[in-house]
Amino acid sequence: MIEKAYILNESDMDRVIKRISHEILERNKGSENLVIIGLQKRGVPLAHRIAANIEQFEGNRVQTGKLDITFYRDDYDRRIKSDIQKTDIPFDVRDKNVILVDDVLFTGRSIRAALDAIIDLGRPRTIQLVVLVDRGHRELPIRADYVGKNLPTSRNEQVSVKLRETDAEDSVILVEGMEDAK
Amino acid sequence: MLSKKSILSVDDLDTGEIMQVLESADSFMDISRREIKKVPTLRGKTVASLFFEPSTRTRISFEIAAKRLSADIVNFSAQASSLLKGETIMDTLRTILSMQVDLLVIRHRDSGTVKLMDSVVNVPVINAGDGKHQHPTQALLDIYTIKNHFNRLEGLKVALVGDYINSRVARSCQSLFEKMGLEVTIVAPAMLLPEDWSGFKVEHSIDRIIEDTDILYMLRMQFERQDRKLYPSVREYNRYLSLDMKRLSRMKKDSVVMHPGPVNRGIEIYDEIMELAKEKGNNILIDEQVTAGVAVRMALLYLVLGQS
Repeated sequence: MIEKAYILNESDMDRVIKRISHEILERNKGSENLVIIGLQKRGVPLAHRIAANIEQFEGNRVQTGKLDITFYRDDYDRRIKSDIQKTDIPFDVRDKNVILVDDVLFTGRSIRAALDAIIDLGRPRTIQLVVLVDRGHRELPIRADYVGKNLPTSRNEQVSVKLRETDAEDSVILVEGMEDAK
Repeated sequence: MLSKKSILSVDDLDTGEIMQVLESADSFMDISRREIKKVPTLRGKTVASLFFEPSTRTRISFEIAAKRLSADIVNFSAQASSLLKGETIMDTLRTILSMQVDLLVIRHRDSGTVKLMDSVVNVPVINAGDGKHQHPTQALLDIYTIKNHFNRLEGLKVALVGDYINSRVARSCQSLFEKMGLEVTIVAPAMLLPEDWSGFKVEHSIDRIIEDTDILYMLRMQFERQDRKLYPSVREYNRYLSLDMKRLSRMKKDSVVMHPGPVNRGIEIYDEIMELAKEKGNNILIDEQVTAGVAVRMALLYLVLGQS
């Protein structure tokens, strides 16, 4: 893999997540009735960071959960996963404004699966999507409500997201890859 | 994902694969606790369950497991089939396969029949019990139940008590438990043991292990498989092998009682204990075993069908 461009460093990422946190509060007129669900695995620490920001800005803690979409994928036959991550949503999503968080938005298939998974848990009032990077190439009519960075890419590039919680550093790098990332 | 196409015996899975089954079962346990107990994972797959011998819990457990994964399942039972019109088992099998099923779950009263059927079909087969031979999904749900309760497996002492010789559950559990690092003792009189039990650790009375064992696994007396009477009387059985309140009270504080069901009340386990098992907070895991059965079978269907 060849690094092509450094997209976000640690302080960039910090600012981007703070901005998104403010946008969420602005659009939802505060944090009442909000819950945040991170998609396994890098959406989970991002969800926690947004929750921490909201607590700092508004003084109250919103509930967070994590979601694994393995059982909802549409390509089960081709890529069965043995390392199924934990789904842990310790609250009722019914009538909540659900903030769904993922690191990279690409084809949209993971988000399609996540929407099904969340709706199986109950009927939220809204589901709003946060992504750190939108790299294009959608295969389904899905868009994000809050985007950290719009990054036009070619299909043979990959977006490498690292987070200090999972990878010991905060960075987003565009790399030349062998095949479709994610 | 799994190295073998079918699961006919616990020996078809290596230690890593067993851990994979147990870990996947955790996720499926969560799904079974939700309000909508269904995921779309196996949508469009068809599972046929062929039971050439009566069953309640295994058949229903597989059926619920398949449905929670959105697979379609058809149930065949020998008692209500063309077998009664003289169709051979192999012809029945071919008929069912002609309907494009993706996986077979088979139980048969004769040891080895499931393996024979597996050898002539090109879809995966899961053995739901064959004669006195193997019942791998039972052993897997048992090890899952144990792991969930104790949070470990290595070094636990388990006693398999009763009708060893006729029990496919005993054979599957013995080899799986040993593979996963448990210490297995068989508690049975010589007439309920195979001719050569030189490789086993054997005791003839439950009183010899009751204070020391972590898991007291009571085997069902297999009256339907006893061509000749292998045990003199229920009184004799009660004296050496049954679990009554007095013996229960002698067990270690953190130890547990298991039974694959259905229980012969008054033989393996006394009535009072079965009543006690209905209350919360006891160490009788029979209901937990049944609950685990659905999750473990979901994991197996998921992993077996995922390779195709």
